[in-house]
Amino acid sequence: MTDGTQPPYDFPAYTSTIKRHPKRALIEAPQTLSEVTGPTFASPWYGPNATDLSRVDGREAQGQRIIVAGRVLDEDGRPVRGTLVEVWQANAAGRYHHDGDQHDAPLDPNFIGAGQAVTDDEGRWRFLTIRPGAYPWRNTYNAWRPAHIHFSVFGPSFATRMITQMYFPGDPLLETDPVFHSIPDAAARNRLISAYDPQLSEAEYALGYRWDVILRGRGATPVES
Amino acid sequence: MAIPTSSQTIGPFFRAALERPAWSDLTREGVAGEGVRIEGTVYDGDRTPVPDALLELWQADANGSYTHADGRFRGFGRACTDHDGRFWFRTIVPGPVPGANGAVQAPHANLTIFARGLLKRLVTRIYFGDHAEENVRDPLLASIEDAAVRATLIAPRTEHAGGIPVYTFDVVLQGAGETAFLAI
Ligand SMILES: [Fe+3]
Repeated sequence: MTDGTQPPYDFPAYTSTIKRHPKRALIEAPQTLSEVTGPTFASPWYGPNATDLSRVDGREAQGQRIIVAGRVLDEDGRPVRGTLVEVWQANAAGRYHHDGDQHDAPLDPNFIGAGQAVTDDEGRWRFLTIRPGAYPWRNTYNAWRPAHIHFSVFGPSFATRMITQMYFPGDPLLETDPVFHSIPDAAARNRLISAYDPQLSEAEYALGYRWDVILRGRGATPVES
Repeated sequence: MAIPTSSQTIGPFFRAALERPAWSDLTREGVAGEGVRIEGTVYDGDRTPVPDALLELWQADANGSYTHADGRFRGFGRACTDHDGRFWFRTIVPGPVPGANGAVQAPHANLTIFARGLLKRLVTRIYFGDHAEENVRDPLLASIEDAAVRATLIAPRTEHAGGIPVYTFDVVLQGAGETAFLAI
């Protein structure tokens, strides 16, 4: 798709793309059985659902509790049932539970920041977590990533597999973030921003944010041409 | 029609959620077929190893079926690169798979690559070097005119006395020897 709703590989403002983007054009490969099939999650071989990121062994993580929920849908608005959604995020201070994260912000022993869920018959998923903090990265001097949660989604086939990031409304760091702005189309970009949803909030407990993931159809037009 | 959600990079910090060492071995629950290893290194445009890539494999079973009637083998694997950019899968060589218009596709494993610096995933295929005759007739390989580009999709096989055969498949993201990546 060259309509600007997907990012390019070559996007120098995000400096890590400079040495990692292919220079040759992608080869058009017609969709065959190899592309229209994919792993299924009917038996729990991938492990149990883990939808409460807000505590470890019953001990509460630091930070603002949030509920993040939504659906996985296809291009025609139909629910994508029984597909695996994996999420990961920084803690409230903007630090990942990861050896490579050198940000001098506190780790929280009660926050790992990893979860997974299989969508229900309506394509729904839901996580209880902590609002992630912004964090600095060395893309350019004094650059900070807006708060975000990483999402990994399979869908019904090898062709629908995708990874993206969910952002939060009103975050001033979105204005300058090159990862967010790698998507040329403003409307598509803004669909990565979740919506505050008072219906999803729980009184005296947690704020709610709603966000849907739309996957391309099983035999849809290629994402990149 | 709704517009599909835009892709964003996996970033460098995915391991707590996505790293599943057991998933490198597609045969971990047992499977019919010859056990083999696929291994390689992911390189960037400076030929520097990429230590923070995630690769996923999707393949047919030994009969060339994606329905995986033998429930122990799901045809799906995931591996993360190590400090030296290396990854491996243990699997079986799939059978030939039906293609378009009655054609037969040579045995192949579908591979997708995510990494920091990739705003969207890359897709490629691993073909098996000792299946030369089938590879010559494969519609996708045949559509690639440049032999050097075509060769990037074919993993040579090495026998190891006392060990399982190894297919070597390096992924070069950019520049000399750049892997043939697919738009699917
Ligand atoms: Fe991140």
